[in-house]
Amino acid sequence: MLTRRRTAVVALLAALAIGLGACGGSTSGGSTAGGQGSGMQPAQQTVTLRLLTMKQAAYSDQDVQAMAKGFEETHPGVQVDITFVPYESLHDKITADQASGSGVYDVVLIDGMWTGEFARAGFIRDVTDRWTPAMQSGIFESSKDIVRFNGRLYGVPWINDTKFLFYNKQMLAQAGIQQPPKTWEELLADARLLKQKGIVQYPIAWSWAQAEAVICDFGQLMFSEGGHFLDEKNQPAFQTDGGLQALQFMVQTLKDGLSNPHSISYLEDDVRQVFSQGQAAFALNWTYMYALANDPKQSKVAGQVGVVPTPAFSGKPAVGINGGMGLAITKSSAHPDLAWQLIETMSSEPVENKYAALSLPIWKDSYQQQSVIATGPELVQAAESQFARMESRPNVPWYNQMSTELQKDIQSALLMQATPQQALQRAADFTRQLAQQQ
Amino acid sequence: MSLHEWNLTMPRHPFVGLANYAQILATPSFWQAIGRTLYFTLVSTGLELLLGLAIALLLNRPFRGRGLLRALVLLPWALPTVVNGIMWRWIDNPDYGALNALLTQAGLLHAYRNWLGSPWSALNMVILADVWKMTPLAALLLLAGLQTIPRELYESAAIDGAGGWRQFLGITLPLLRTSILIVLVARTIEAFKVFDIIYIMTRGGPGDGTMTIAYYAYTQAFSSLLFGKGAAISYLIALFILLLSVGYVRLLRPAQ
Repeated sequence: MLTRRRTAVVALLAALAIGLGACGGSTSGGSTAGGQGSGMQPAQQTVTLRLLTMKQAAYSDQDVQAMAKGFEETHPGVQVDITFVPYESLHDKITADQASGSGVYDVVLIDGMWTGEFARAGFIRDVTDRWTPAMQSGIFESSKDIVRFNGRLYGVPWINDTKFLFYNKQMLAQAGIQQPPKTWEELLADARLLKQKGIVQYPIAWSWAQAEAVICDFGQLMFSEGGHFLDEKNQPAFQTDGGLQALQFMVQTLKDGLSNPHSISYLEDDVRQVFSQGQAAFALNWTYMYALANDPKQSKVAGQVGVVPTPAFSGKPAVGINGGMGLAITKSSAHPDLAWQLIETMSSEPVENKYAALSLPIWKDSYQQQSVIATGPELVQAAESQFARMESRPNVPWYNQMSTELQKDIQSALLMQATPQQALQRAADFTRQLAQQQ
Repeated sequence: MSLHEWNLTMPRHPFVGLANYAQILATPSFWQAIGRTLYFTLVSTGLELLLGLAIALLLNRPFRGRGLLRALVLLPWALPTVVNGIMWRWIDNPDYGALNALLTQAGLLHAYRNWLGSPWSALNMVILADVWKMTPLAALLLLAGLQTIPRELYESAAIDGAGGWRQFLGITLPLLRTSILIVLVARTIEAFKVFDIIYIMTRGGPGDGTMTIAYYAYTQAFSSLLFGKGAAISYLIALFILLLSVGYVRLLRPAQ
């Protein structure tokens, strides 16, 4: 009897804990900051700015720390405290922080598709009036897109990125392939040849894990088929034409053994590792892979890495997927002016140029600078043509919901549990409902 | 909160009564997540109980170095779940994971497998990681139970001519009932709300293959910002756990 009562109490307590967790569920790691520094304090007081950024792709941790250090030197009394999280945790971390009502971070890194969502939720501040004329005219339009929502600017772009096609020069030479592919059809033909000659078991590596990563590869293929995620009325368009062909393409390369079957659990950094281990001839990835795959300390294929703009389907123009990200000031920040200064410094042309090796600048002028070109002439050349024509994932407040569903459905096709038509149709039905509820 | 349409990106959070619950209960992916979670709970709790019992029985016998071994057995449990998850993700890595290397070298596997690359296999690998970590706790609880059983009982049973198996069924198991119940209830509740190991190892993928109910609630609330729905799912989880616990207590209540 005693046992029974005790157990019931345990069960009830557990139930309560979950229920409470759901209500208050947004408590985040720390609970400091927030109230600190309200009103003017004596000048000696140190102010801590908290920056939330990501731990993969683009700038390395050391680069970001160096940028922050540079800012601290010119701003005595200010300390920048940086938190790095994996990209996959970034969205939810910002949500948890800001939804709690007592956010810890002052400046957060946001991806282009979240701008609308976070702006509408009131997590980030409208900074349109803080933008200087130099920023307005000097930064790529495609980069501005990532922080724009309803014609207002909610941050400053910091990372300018798109997916490039990386290839292993030595493997291509071994197979007698003269130049890297310009179309997806050529890429498949090359891959088939490489496989036949036994040079590499699975010639292409992709990031198709159930995460935003798979949407980027799918989107890239869809864009180069002339497809779009949504039409002008924000209704799903990915289930027809370009989108359908993209998914069929993905499934077919798996069936033919041209794509690494493990791609289904790869994130971008796994793709980098596989390519760096010499286990792939081709890989689609962000800018940062170029420097790291060419670093002998981290890569077995250093010096053999080639990079070109992503291929198009034959007869179609090459379009790159916009992978830019920006810095935004949170609603909860107690030091918005200082936060702006930090953002302004980190995204300024000299700073962006200095750290261009892992993430290309948002400034048009940078691509004429010798110091930037010297970081990787091949890459900068590929970037110039790729940045000229980029397409973004839709910046609607419900993007993340759509993406979550689409990731799952694309994977069901890649796992051969559904045909590409069925999979995309399911996602389209879901998206149509979503669009309606707004 | 669960009674409101609480979309964080919307300015208003209107009261909607039980609409969130109705919507959730009509969603196939909710029931799929429940099914997956039940499988996870049954298999992981079952394995942890059986393995835990075996380890406890072993450690209850006197032998040299028993104290050291008792301490060592606890190691996996002392590891934070996040560390455990990352470790198993490396072990399961399709290209350079230890599991592939081990099985290939032992001749059991001829090509490297992507353990976390298909829904079914991924779910079982997550269970394996959970069992590895939580079995020591079960063993510890059961060992404590074993130590309370008076030695005289076994001695008199031996005099009566009862063999090891009879002793186990006649003495050990009945007297261990309370400990078993504690293990079952504690582990069932824990397993039913499994979240962290999934977050680290698979994030619900591939193809939603490891989307358990707690992770489902998390994605609704934090990835989709539908806090009303997330809260409603959490209450449903609590309800399910309550039902499970009541069932256990009924099942294992000492005969009166």
